[in-house]
Order: sequence, then C-alpha cells, then structure tokens
Amino acid sequence: MLWACIALPQLALDGVLRRRADAGPLVLVAGTGHARSIVAANAAAREAGLRVGQRLSAAQALLAQFEALPYQPERVDQWHRFLAAVAYRYSAEVSLLPHAIVLEVSRSLNLFGSWPRLESLLRADLDALGFRHRISAAPTPHAAHVLAGVADGQAVLTDEQLRHALQRIPLAQSRLPAAAAEALPGMGIRTLGQLLALPRDGLRRRFGAELLLALDRLTGAAPAGLEAYRPPDRFDLRIELTHEVEAIGALVFPLRRMTSDLSAYLAGRDGGVQRFTLQLEHREGHTEVKVGLLAPEREAGMLFELARARLEQVQLPQPVIAMRLLARDLPAFVPAGRDLFDERPANALPIEQLRERLRARLGDRAVHQLGSTTDPRPELAQKVTAHDDGWQEPSPRPTWLFERPIPLRGAAPRILAGPERLETGWWDGGEVCRDYYVVETAQGQRGWAFCAPGERDGWMLHGWFA
Amino acid sequence: MAAVMPLSNLLDARRVWRGRAEPLPAGEQPTGWAALDAVLPSGGWPAAALSEILLPLDGVGELQLVLPTLARLSQGARAVVLVAPPYLPCVAGWRQHGVDMRRIEIVSATEADVLWATEQCLRSGSCAAVLAWPRQADDRALRRLQVAADGGRALAFAFRDRQHLSNASPAALRLELEARPQARVWVRKCRGGALPAQPVALPRALH
Repeated sequence: MLWACIALPQLALDGVLRRRADAGPLVLVAGTGHARSIVAANAAAREAGLRVGQRLSAAQALLAQFEALPYQPERVDQWHRFLAAVAYRYSAEVSLLPHAIVLEVSRSLNLFGSWPRLESLLRADLDALGFRHRISAAPTPHAAHVLAGVADGQAVLTDEQLRHALQRIPLAQSRLPAAAAEALPGMGIRTLGQLLALPRDGLRRRFGAELLLALDRLTGAAPAGLEAYRPPDRFDLRIELTHEVEAIGALVFPLRRMTSDLSAYLAGRDGGVQRFTLQLEHREGHTEVKVGLLAPEREAGMLFELARARLEQVQLPQPVIAMRLLARDLPAFVPAGRDLFDERPANALPIEQLRERLRARLGDRAVHQLGSTTDPRPELAQKVTAHDDGWQEPSPRPTWLFERPIPLRGAAPRILAGPERLETGWWDGGEVCRDYYVVETAQGQRGWAFCAPGERDGWMLHGWFA
Repeated sequence: MAAVMPLSNLLDARRVWRGRAEPLPAGEQPTGWAALDAVLPSGGWPAAALSEILLPLDGVGELQLVLPTLARLSQGARAVVLVAPPYLPCVAGWRQHGVDMRRIEIVSATEADVLWATEQCLRSGSCAAVLAWPRQADDRALRRLQVAADGGRALAFAFRDRQHLSNASPAALRLELEARPQARVWVRKCRGGALPAQPVALPRALH
C-alpha cells in the first residue's frame, strides 16, 4: 500500500483568490462584532503586517485599504470535496482528512508510472486549478498526512523507511490526540520515536486506548478507518462575483475557471458532459443559459468556448451578482480515436468540435446531413439524418432540388429525357401524379421539370442538373 | 551605345535569361475531367487553395464540374462541407455521381455568417473540401478564405456570378462556365502556369 497525501494549507483563501484576477491585500475574517479576527491573509496582506489571529480592528489600524471577506466554512468544505473529485482521477480509494486529501496510489503507479511522475501530475493539476498544496507519500494514510504537515515532497515508500522517518517527528506535529500531544513533552517525550519505544501498557493506562489506536494507525498496525470518498453524480458550482456585473465580457474570466473546474471534475470521474446550464443570478431571479452538445465532451478549452459563445448571445436584463454552473447528466465519455495514417494536419480541429463551434453560433440545427428515405416522392425522398441506405435510383435525378416546385416560364423547353411517371401517395393525402422530364432551357440550363400526365404544358421546375 | 546587340548573344553569355514559372507538383487533386486536368498547371485543382467558379446562371453544370472531386473526397477520412447551398442537394442525384452522402455536412447559415462559417470549416483542418456560395464577398473576404484554405489544407470552392469576373480575385484558380452554345469551361486565372487560349468542353451527362 502506498498512500499519497495532499495537504491544503490555504484552502479557504485559495478558494477565494483563484477566481480573482487582481492581487490586492485580502483577508478572511471570522467571528462577530468586535471579536472579528483574521483567519487567513494573502501575501500582499501579510507583507503589510496583517497576521492570522489579529483582530480586524487592529488590522484596520495597520493598513488603510484591504479587502475583508467573511470566512465561509461550507464553501471550504465544497472546495475540499471538489479537490477530492479531482484526485479521484488517480485512485479509486480517496478519503478526506482535515485540510488534506489522501489517496491510495500503489495500484495507480502501474498506470501513471513511478511515484515522482505521479507526484508531478498531481502538482500540475493542483497548480492549474490554483490551489497551494504539499504532497507526501507513505505506506499509511495517517503517516502521509503527518509527513505532509512537516515538509513538502517527502516520499517514504517502505515500512522500514517509515519507522525511520517517524523517529524524528516532533510530537507537536504528529497529529496525535491533543491531550497526549500536550502532556508528553512534559514527561521528556518529544519525538514520535521516543513515544513508539515506550511500553504500550503504560501508555494505555495513562492516556487510554485512543492514543494507542492513533499510533497503530500511523504505523499501519491497525486499519486506517477512513471513510471512502465517492464523487457525486452531479456537478454544481456557484461563485459570487465581487461586484455587480453588467457586461457579459466581465463574466468570461470566472466562466473560464468554472469550465476548467468542470473539466477537471469530469476527468476525475472519467465522464463527459452533454448538457449543462449556466445560471446568471440577479438580485431578483436569474437568467438561464443552456449549453447542449452533440456528444459527451470534457475538454476544458472546448467547454469554455461553447459556453462563451452561448453566453455572448444573452441580453442581461439586470446586473449579475453570482454565476452557477449546473451539470446533471454526466454520461460516459468515449475519447475520439485518431488513426495513425490520418491525413489531417497535426493541429486540426476535430470535426466534432467544428460542428459544436458552428452550432454555438448558427443554432442547434445548423449542421446536418441528408439521407434518403424509401418514399419515391421527391419532396419526401430525402430528410435530415445521419443515416443513408445507399439506394441507387435508376432514373436520372438532379443535383439541386427545390424545396417546392416553381413554374417554368418562357419558351417551351427542349426535352432531353422522359417522361418518368410518379403516381403515388394516394394513401396519405399527399397524392402525386406527375410526368417528370429532363429539360433544357433556352439559356442552356438543365432542369428537372414535370407536368400533368400526358400533357406537355404547364411546366413546373423541380430541380437543376447543375 | 549605338551598336545593336543581338539578343541571342546575351542569352548565350548567360547575362540575360528567360524567366520561367516553377513547375507545380502534379496530380494531387485531379478534377476528374481529363481535358481540364490537362490544361491546369497542377494537373487538377490547386491543392489547399481557393478556386472560384463563375456562372452565368444556375444549373449550367457547375456541380457536375466538382462532383467527381467530391465523390473521390467523400471516400476519404475528412468531411466535405457545403455552406449555405442555394438549393437542397438532391441525395439521389449526388449518389448517382458516386458521392457518399454520409461524408457531406450541410451548414445552414445566414448571409452574414456564410463567410465566417466557411472560414471556420477551412481553417479547422478536418474538412477535405468546403463549398460556398458567397454573395457579398469582396477581395478581402476571398483572401481570408484563401489563407484559411492554405492553413487547413482544404480545397475551397466559391461559386459566384459571372459579373464578378471583371474584379480582381485572390483565388488561385478562376473558372468561368459557359452554357451557350455548348457547355464549356474557360480558365480565367491559374496560379503557376499560362492561361490556355481555348475553353475546355464540359460533356454533360444526365448521370
């Protein structure tokens, strides 16, 4: 077993900062009234002297201009779960620990390569999503959690190395039950190595079974006892904008974040999305923008481009204060394969993406194919479909067909072929009884025209042999 | 400098030489019309470029000219796109010319979006040929199509009225169709070769 731990030291702050383009001083505050104090501060704020734990009033005395946002625990929880969904891409065993995610990766290494490679993949994902992180690996999840708390990038791959690595960990960073971690240094026990060397009976008498269980979980002598994370079957992401937005252009930056989050989430589930909804929330009510695709997709750039094209057609009735992305049905995603001997240029846009791009601007029905039906009536002989049976019509058919026949005026045309009598449709009210001819007009155009059976008059033109 | 020097002396001394166009690689995109291929410098359509087809009227054989090419391309991996065709393509008629209709994508677009859609299709690189009937295309618009066709390695066909013949065009090839007294094709411009003096007859079969 090998567990990776992703510690998220600034989850609350990153969740807020990642959707901002500017980087002015910003703090998160918790508490009420005069007791409001800082729980997180970004780099610009720390530079100005603001610290975590400081009263908001003290901070205001230090710095005139900074942004103070309320700390929202439920939002932090939402990001925590979102990142677990992203990590689910790399392992089927993912669990949540306080401010951290652990995932079992020993089997994932077969697919992704060695641990350093997997580690760099995880880091690339988290960097792209804008979350600061510390990553470590150890044979037990709790040990990985402890190691990630001590330093970034530690990898302990065997039990032997683990015993060795735990020796020097100070008790203050060992994440053991608080009562024991506080009392033991007073007894001269300062590192995990010293603690593990003590007789277990004595520890049980003094600190109860809780400490022993925690130690056993750390070393792997007891099962980790973690609840496995399961990604939800729907994606729901809502972000509040910092100010009221009246122009669509200002929604593009948050939209890019949201669609790339959706893409990361879909990659974690190995799924795609075929329909999603953007809700633009106003002070009263909201505007819905529906985005539909022909086939499930999950590529971030494509989702963004399509959502943007739909968004740009929207007229805002009121300013937008928040945006929400909802995806309910998440079907399986089948990536498009590419042939080794593909004749397309290397940077070609796949035809599916081209279709989506055209549909996004020209309308859902803008791109179609025609196929034939078994009906002999020219008006009904073809329809919009992807299916085509390949039936060969023995009589001449034009290459351009009119949607409805038009009268052929002027001098009587020269007849080149015909007649071909079509007499059908009496069963459904659309009865047709016509003699079709191939004709040539005085200008040299070749047409497909018909007149009433047996007559050579009252020509109706139905298509061109172009 | 009163002495008159015969040109042949200069040519022999290699001080003057005759310019000649670089011969184009032949036969990548044959039109399917042997007589036309014979007079075109690349032995067919200019690859990855815009070809303009100018017509006096609809129904004079303009599709017949390109259908052998479309039939060949529809057997390949890349799609053939018709952007806002003036009439419905008749499935039975196209199939009689050997076109696989499953590879033909039809895009409906308003007049304002035709050039945009054509350019997107050409640029994408996943279309073998794109046919368009632009009505309000100026020199700049056609140049964009020409550049997009080059970028996406696609054949671009623009069908336009014969009245545009007097305007300059950035297309690599311009063909004019004539219906009377018989169906003929005039090559009005071709990149990389001399203009043939005579038109090419277009034998018109019903299917």
